Amino acid sequence: MSEPGTFFHLHEEDPVEAYENFKLGMWIFLATEVLLFGGLFAAYFIFKFIWPTVFEDGSSHLNKFMGGLNTLVLIFSSFSMAMAVDAAQRGQQKKLVRNLAITLFFALCFIVVKGFEWGPKLSHGITPGSDVFFSVYYMTTGLHLLHVLVGMSFIGLLLARALKGRYHEENFGGVEIGGLYWHLVDIIWIFLFPLLYLI
Amino acid sequence: MSAADHHEAHHQQGFWRTYIFSTDHKTIGIQYGLTALVFLFFGFCLMLLMRWQLAYPGQPIPVIGGLFSDATMPGGVMLPEFYNSLGAMHGTIMVFLGVVPLAVGAFGNFVVPLQIGAPDMAFPKLNMASYWCFFAGGVVMLYSFTAPGGAANSGWTSYPPLSDIATTGQTFWLIGMVFLITSSLLGSVNFIVTIIQLRAEGLSYMRLPFFVWAQLVTAFLLLLAFPPLEAAGVLQLMDRLAGTSFFLPSGLVVTGDVLQVSGGGSPLLWQHLFWFLAHPEVYVLILPAMGIVGEIIANNTRKPLFGYKSLVYAVIFLGFMSFIVWAHHMFLTGMGTTISAFFQTTTMIISIPSVIILTVFFISLWGGRIRFNTSMLFALGFLPMFGIGGLTGLPLGLSASDIPLHDTYYVIGHFHYVVAPGTILALFAGIYYWFPKVTGRVMSELWGKVHFWGSIVCMNFIFFPMLIQGLMGVSRRLYDGGASYDFAEPVIHYNTMMSHAAFALAVFQLPFIINFFVSIKKGKKVDDNPWHATTLEWAAPSPPPHGNFDAIPKVYRGPYEYSVPGAEKDYSPQFEAEA
Repeated sequence: MSEPGTFFHLHEEDPVEAYENFKLGMWIFLATEVLLFGGLFAAYFIFKFIWPTVFEDGSSHLNKFMGGLNTLVLIFSSFSMAMAVDAAQRGQQKKLVRNLAITLFFALCFIVVKGFEWGPKLSHGITPGSDVFFSVYYMTTGLHLLHVLVGMSFIGLLLARALKGRYHEENFGGVEIGGLYWHLVDIIWIFLFPLLYLI
Repeated sequence: MSAADHHEAHHQQGFWRTYIFSTDHKTIGIQYGLTALVFLFFGFCLMLLMRWQLAYPGQPIPVIGGLFSDATMPGGVMLPEFYNSLGAMHGTIMVFLGVVPLAVGAFGNFVVPLQIGAPDMAFPKLNMASYWCFFAGGVVMLYSFTAPGGAANSGWTSYPPLSDIATTGQTFWLIGMVFLITSSLLGSVNFIVTIIQLRAEGLSYMRLPFFVWAQLVTAFLLLLAFPPLEAAGVLQLMDRLAGTSFFLPSGLVVTGDVLQVSGGGSPLLWQHLFWFLAHPEVYVLILPAMGIVGEIIANNTRKPLFGYKSLVYAVIFLGFMSFIVWAHHMFLTGMGTTISAFFQTTTMIISIPSVIILTVFFISLWGGRIRFNTSMLFALGFLPMFGIGGLTGLPLGLSASDIPLHDTYYVIGHFHYVVAPGTILALFAGIYYWFPKVTGRVMSELWGKVHFWGSIVCMNFIFFPMLIQGLMGVSRRLYDGGASYDFAEPVIHYNTMMSHAAFALAVFQLPFIINFFVSIKKGKKVDDNPWHATTLEWAAPSPPPHGNFDAIPKVYRGPYEYSVPGAEKDYSPQFEAEA
C-alpha cells in the first residue's frame, strides 16, 4: 500500500510492523466485502425461492461456456497471484514481475469475456429490468466486475512498484495484501458461477 | 505546550494540512465533532418546524415561515409533502450525521488513541478519508433539499415500494447513504486495527478503559451491519435508475394506474436488509454513550466501577446478540409465529446485558463520594432516561403487545428516550468531561448546570406525552399530529405543550453553544489532569501535541484504581508505577 509515511517516521515504527497492521486491516475489510455480497446473495435466494421458474428460465439463457471459461481464468489468476506472493517472499524479482503481469493479463481476459457475454445480451434487449433473475444477474456480476477493476488497479500498482524493485524478503507485505484482495474477488466468482449458471 | 511548539518547529505543515486535510486523529476528531454538532442542531431545527405544525396544524409559521419557498410553505403554511421530507431528514440527519459521527467519529477518534497510549490511529490517511466521505455524504444530504420535489420523504427507513417511486430526493438520499456507509466502514476498520495493534505496553484487554471496549464493539457492529444496507441501498438505486424491480411487486397500482415495471420484487427484502443494519445501529448509538458514562461515573464517584469484567462481557454479548433481533421491527409484516417467537426470545435475551450494564452503573454509585460537576450530572441523567427508554422497549419486543403499538407515538417516545435524553445527554457529558483535554481549559460550571437542568426537564416534557399518545393509538408520521381522528381527541392537546417544551429546549441549548465557544478562548486554564482521573489520556499534555505523549506511556494497573487503600492520593493512574 502506501510507503511508510510521516507517521511511521515520526514514531520510528518498523515498516514490517506497519504491514502487520495493513494486513489485519485488509482481513477486516474483507469481512465487510463478504457481508456486502452476503446481502446480494440473500436477495438471490429469496427471489429464487419465490420465482423458481423465472430463475430456471433465466439461467438457461446464460452462456455456460463463457461462464466456465471465466471461472478457469480467475482460478489461474489466483494461482499466479499466489506465485507472485511466494516470489516476493523469496525476493525473486523477475518471477514476481512475471507472475504479477500474468495475473493482470488473466484479469483482462476476464473482462473481455464478460464483454462478449454482456454485449449480445444487452443488444437482444435482455437488460437488468427484464425480470428478477436478470436484475440479480447484472447486479451481482456487475458489482463483482467492479471488484475486478479495483483489483486490477491494485495489481497494476504492485507491478509498477515491483519493476522499481520495491519488494524483497524484508518487505513483501504489499504483495501479500494485494493477494488477499484478489483471492476474495476470485472466491466470490466461485460462488456466483454455480448459483447463476448451473443451478 | 512546549512540546507542541517544539514539534511545530520540526514539521512545518501549512494551514491546509494542519487544520483541513489533517491526518492527526485529534484534528479529525475535532472536525467530526464540530460537523456533527452542526448537523445535530440542523436536524433539531427541522424538528422544531415540524413541532410548530403539530401544535398549530395549518397555521402559518411566524417570522421564519416567510423565508421558505412556495414549494414547501406557501404563505408560511407547511405542505404535507414538506412535512414528510422534514420527518425523513430529521431521522436521517440525527442518526447518521449527528449522533454516530459525534459518538464514534469525534469521541472515538479523539479519545481512543489517547486512552490506549498510541501516537495516532493505525491508518491516519484512511482516517482522513473517512471524515471527508462523511462530509461529502452530509453535503449530498443537504443538497437534496434543493432537488425537485424536495428531500427524501419516505421516512428515515425508506421503505419501498413508496421510496422506489418517490421524488428525486430519494436518489440523493441513497447516494448520500453510500458515502456515509463508506465513511463508517473506513472508520471501523481503523478502530479495530488500532485497538488491537497499538495498545501501550502493559495495557492488556482487561485493563482497557470501558470506553475503549464500547468503541471496539461499536466498530464491529458498524463493520458487519453496514455492508448489507449498502447492498440494499445499491439495489434500491438500481430500482430507481436502471429499471430493475428488486423491491417492486408485480401489479403495483400508483395513482390509479398499474406501474409499468417487470415486477416480481419483494418490499420485505428491503425491510430485512434495512433492519439487519438498523438494529445493530441502535447499539452503535448507545454503546459509546455507555462508555462515556462509565468513565465519568468512575471518575466522579472516586471508586472503581463495580463489576468491570461483567461490564465487558455484557457489552460483548450485547454486540453479538444485536445481530439476531432485527425482525422485532417487523412483527406486523405477517411473519409466522415460529419466526416471531424466535425474535421475541432473542429480544428478551438482549435486554439482559443492557440491564447488567445499567445495574453496574447504578451500583457503582453506592457509597461513593460523588462530585456533582456538570459532566457527572449529565452522566447521572443518562441512567434513568436510558432506563425509561429500555423498559418502554419491552412491550415492543413482544409481538402481542407490539402489534397495537406498532407505528404509534409510543415507538417514537421509546426510541427518543433511548437516544435523546439517553445518548445525547451522555454525549454532552463527554463534551464537558474531555473539553479540558482538547483545549486545556474547562467550560463554565454554572452555565453547564443551566444547560443540564433545562435540557433534561424539557426533554421529558417532549417525550413522555408521546408514550401516552401512543398508548391511545395515535399514529406517527401524521401531518396534523392526529387531529382528524376522534380517538386522538383526549390526548391531542398535549401537542401544544410538547412543542412549547421543544422550543424551550432550543433556548436551553444557547447557554451550551455560548459556553462552548467562549470557553475555548476564555475558559479557566487547568493542568493536564484536572479531574484527577486514572486513564491514559490524562498523561498527555492538554492539548496533546502531534504524536500525543511526551514519552511513550507504560501501563501498570487497571483503568479505575480510585481510592486505593494505603495510596497517597485517591487516584492511582494507569501510567504511574507503584511507589
